[in-house]
Amino acid sequence: MTKALHALLVALVVAWSGQALAIDTERAFDDPVLQTRYENLNRELRCLVCQNQTIADSNAPLASDLRREVREMIAAGKTDAEIRTFMIDRYGDFVLYRPRMTAGNFLLWGAPVLLLAIGIFAVVRVVRRRATEADIDPAGPEAGQS
Amino acid sequence: MWKYLVPFGLFVALGAFLYVGLYRDPRYVPSPLIGKPAPEFSLPSLQDAAYPVSSKELIGQPWVLNVWGTWCGGCRAEHETLLAISQQKVVPIVGLNWKDDNAAAQQWLRDLGNPYAAVAEDREGRTAIDWGVYGAPETFLIGPDGIVLYKHIAPMTIEDWNKEFLPRIQAARASKGNQS
Repeated sequence: MTKALHALLVALVVAWSGQALAIDTERAFDDPVLQTRYENLNRELRCLVCQNQTIADSNAPLASDLRREVREMIAAGKTDAEIRTFMIDRYGDFVLYRPRMTAGNFLLWGAPVLLLAIGIFAVVRVVRRRATEADIDPAGPEAGQS
Repeated sequence: MWKYLVPFGLFVALGAFLYVGLYRDPRYVPSPLIGKPAPEFSLPSLQDAAYPVSSKELIGQPWVLNVWGTWCGGCRAEHETLLAISQQKVVPIVGLNWKDDNAAAQQWLRDLGNPYAAVAEDREGRTAIDWGVYGAPETFLIGPDGIVLYKHIAPMTIEDWNKEFLPRIQAARASKGNQS
């Protein structure tokens, strides 16, 4: 039973990856540097019709249109930053899979640092309090038990 | 006392955020174009490619841009509403026929009625990208100064029109009257 399930899962994964590879197989550029830029940009831009896919993964008509825009802008000598700005101006920050830090989401970016700081503060306080308690009352209940 | 109140308060706040998040529609992506100048376009008219439909001609009055295609089921659902709105003759509705077949689009308008003052044909989808369109139907309201005032995503109902579009059109007309 487990074996059959395993086989089914493997078959599904293989079938799935084949589907992913089938999209946009044509090389856009002969120059490998430009081709790499093209592929990397496609992999960090969201297809807004099929929201959990990048435009590299999606075969939606909009994704293919956006790949065409990226290809043409690279060919026209635009930088990666300019191409990202082009997309953000039209579709907003949501189009980026690697979000920028903005005034609206600084809390999200800062949250890990903030939580770490709160954690350290709490630990330091607890440790200090225990240390002073131990100093004041060496024969306290805990010491007595040991 | 504070030792218990502060964590409890944080828990309630987090719970409130997550609760609101549960009911937010991830398919609704707010448009960065609101409050900015509408992207310009000049495209062939659907009915006669010799006549261009240009956004510049519409400056000076509020107008509506409706993105549609015959391949789009939601557009068919919305069509009745568009016909009713065009009957009101409040503002011109300009259609943006998005990545469609010309003959099929013309047939659609003959069969279902034509609510549009003009229809621009965006065969390659470039104008749609300039407007940040990601799914038809989408409807934009543009002010007399060419600024995008509002965007409605998904099929529009007459209630949406009365609630979101009409007050903004009246406000845009009023502020324009004050300036001149």
